[in-house]
Amino acid sequence: MIGLVLFAVLILVVLPLGLDLFRLNNIGKYLTYAFVAVGLVLCWGLGGVLSLGQGVFFGLGGYAMAMFLKLEASSPEATAIQSTPGIPDFMDWNQLSALPWFWEPFHNLAFTIIAVVAVPTIFAFFLGAMLFRRRVGGVYFAIITQAIASILTILIIGQQGLTGGINGITDLRTLLGWDIRTDAAKYILYYVNGGLLILVILAAQFIKNGKIGRILVALRDKEDRVRFTGYDVAAYKTFVFCIAAAFSGIGGAMFTLQVGFMSPSFVGIVPSIEMVVFCALGGRLSLLGAAYGALIVNYAKTSFSESFPELWLFAMGALFIGVVVAFPTGLAGLWQQYVQPLIGRALTRRSTAAPAGPAAPAPGE
Amino acid sequence: MFDGYTASELVSILAMQGFAGLILFSVFLLMALGLAIIFGQMGVINMAHGEFMILGAYMTYLTSHLVQDYAPGLFGGYFFLAMIVAFIAAGALGLLLEWALIRHLYRRPLDTLLATWGVSLILQQIYRSVFGAREVGVTLPDWMMGALSLSDTIEVPINGLFVMALTLVISGIVFLLMFRSSWGLQVRAVTQNRVMAGAAGINGRRVDAMTFALGCGIAGVAGSAFTMIGSTGPTSGQLYIVDTFLVVVFGGAQSLLGTIASALTISQSQSTLEFFLSGSMAKVFTLLVVVLILLVRPQGLFVLKVRKA
Repeated sequence: MIGLVLFAVLILVVLPLGLDLFRLNNIGKYLTYAFVAVGLVLCWGLGGVLSLGQGVFFGLGGYAMAMFLKLEASSPEATAIQSTPGIPDFMDWNQLSALPWFWEPFHNLAFTIIAVVAVPTIFAFFLGAMLFRRRVGGVYFAIITQAIASILTILIIGQQGLTGGINGITDLRTLLGWDIRTDAAKYILYYVNGGLLILVILAAQFIKNGKIGRILVALRDKEDRVRFTGYDVAAYKTFVFCIAAAFSGIGGAMFTLQVGFMSPSFVGIVPSIEMVVFCALGGRLSLLGAAYGALIVNYAKTSFSESFPELWLFAMGALFIGVVVAFPTGLAGLWQQYVQPLIGRALTRRSTAAPAGPAAPAPGE
Repeated sequence: MFDGYTASELVSILAMQGFAGLILFSVFLLMALGLAIIFGQMGVINMAHGEFMILGAYMTYLTSHLVQDYAPGLFGGYFFLAMIVAFIAAGALGLLLEWALIRHLYRRPLDTLLATWGVSLILQQIYRSVFGAREVGVTLPDWMMGALSLSDTIEVPINGLFVMALTLVISGIVFLLMFRSSWGLQVRAVTQNRVMAGAAGINGRRVDAMTFALGCGIAGVAGSAFTMIGSTGPTSGQLYIVDTFLVVVFGGAQSLLGTIASALTISQSQSTLEFFLSGSMAKVFTLLVVVLILLVRPQGLFVLKVRKA
C-alpha cells in the first residue's frame, strides 16, 4: 500500500512538477503501456499464461477511441474539399464513398467508451474460452496469440480504406468539441491517465490478493492438481486473460488520446513482445514493478535510442536475456530480496524495542 | 473468383502458383525442420531461428564474393561450398548459444522464447553493423538462371527446382539421422524419457547440444537456399519466424512428417490464394484457417503418441 501511494505521488505530483509538458506527455505515453504490463502480471506472472498478443488488445482499445475521434474530426464542414464529405480522409483517398457499417456506432461517445473495454474483453473471452477449454497452454498459447497479432496487423495494413493502413488513424483533434492538442488538455489527459492507472492497479491488487489470485498461483504451479480439486481451471484462466485484455484496451485508448494517433505499429508481434519485457523487467510478480518496468524501459528506449541508435538493440537484447537468466523476478524481485531486508535491518537496529517484522517473502518461482 | 479465366488458363495459373507454392514450401520446410527438431525434441522455442537462417544467407553472400574474387573459375559451383560454410557457421553459433544460454533454461520453454528473442535482436544489430542495413543479393551462376518451359503458358525457374531438390536431399538426411542412426535413437530416447535415457548411459547434455547445433545448422542451409529466391537484410529472418512456428505447431510438434505435411498445406494455400486475393489477404486467410484448425485440434495434425511423464 505504501508502495502504491509512493507511485501515485511520483506520477501525479513529482513528475508533473519536475518535467516540461513535452516530457510529461512522453511519460503519459509510457504509462499507457503500464496498463498492459499490469495485466500481464495477472495473466502471466500469477496465472502462468503468457500472451504474446497483448498488442492486439492495446490496438483494439486504441483503434476504438481513434475511430470516434476521427469521425468527429471528419465532419462534413471539415472535409468539404473531399469528393464525399463527412467520411474520414483516408477513406476518401481510397475511393470509398460511404462509411463502412462497423464505423457507424463510433459516432457515439458512450458506445466508444464501452467498446474500448468490451471489444478487447469479448475477443479475449472468445479466444481464451476456446483455447483453455481444450487445455491449450504455455508455448502453444503463446504462439497462437502471436499469430493473431500478426493476422491483425496484416489485416489493418491491407485494408487501407477501412483502417487507414500502415499510417493508421491520424490527425485526431477534438473530443466532443474539446481540443485535445492544447497544453491544458494534455495536462488533464495525463492526470486522467495516471488516475486510471492507479485504479487499474488497485483493481488488479484486489484480484491478486483475493481468492482468484491464490487459485491462479496454484494452477500456475500445479494445474492438474487444481483441476482435480474441482476448480474450473479454464474459467479462471479465461477470466484473467479477459481482465488483462480489458486493461490493455484502456491503455490503448489513453494512448490514442494522448499521442493523437493510432497505427498498426503498436499492434504487431514486436510491440507485443516488448510489452512482455516491460512486465518482465519490472517484475512479473509485482503489479507496481511492472508499472515501473514500463516506465523505465520506455524512458531508456527514448533517451538511449536518441543518442546511440545502434546500441539500443544490443541493450534491449541484453535486457531480454538478463531478465530471463539472471533475475526472473525482475527489479521488484531484486528489491524485495536485497533492498528491503537492508532497510528492514536498518530500521530494527535503530529501534531495538520494535519487534523485527517478518522477512519479505521470497517471490516464488 | 474464377470469372474471366478459361479452363486452360486456370490450369496454367494453378500450375504456376502451385510451383511457386512448392518453392515457398521448400524454404518453409528447411526452416521448420530445424525448428521442429529443436522444439519437438528439446522443448526449446528458438525465436532467433530466423537470424540463424539469415546468418546462412550472409555466409552465402560472402562465399559468392570470395569465390568470385579469388577463384572465378569455380564460380559455377560456389553454391555447394556456400551451403557447407553456412551449415558450419550457423551450427557453430548454435553450439555456442546452447552452451552459453539455452542449457540454463531447459524446462522453461516460455523463458527460452524471451531469451532467444533477445538473442535475435542482438544478432540483427550485428548484421546491421557488419553488412549494413541495405538488403544484399547474390549473383547466381549462369546455369541456375532461366526457366524451363513445360508448355507455352507454364514455365518453371531453374533456381526454384534447385531449391526443391536441395530440400528433398536435406529432409532425407534429417530423416536418416533421426530414424536410422544411433544418434537419432539417442535423441528420441532423451525426448521420451530423459532420466531413463541417462540411466541407459546416454549423455543427455551432449545430445541436447548436438540437437540444437544441428537444428541451427539446417537453418543456415535454409538461409543459403533463401538467397536464390530473395534478397537478404538484417531483419528478413523475422518475417518468417511466425509462419514457421505455425508450421511446426500445426504439424504437431514432435512429428517430422507432420511438419512436412503442414508446410505443404500452408505454402500451397498461401500461394494459390495469393493469385485470387491480394497477397496480404491471402496470408490473413491462411493464418486464420491455421489458427481456427488449431483451436479445434490443438495438438496439431499429427500427434506422436507418447505417454506424458
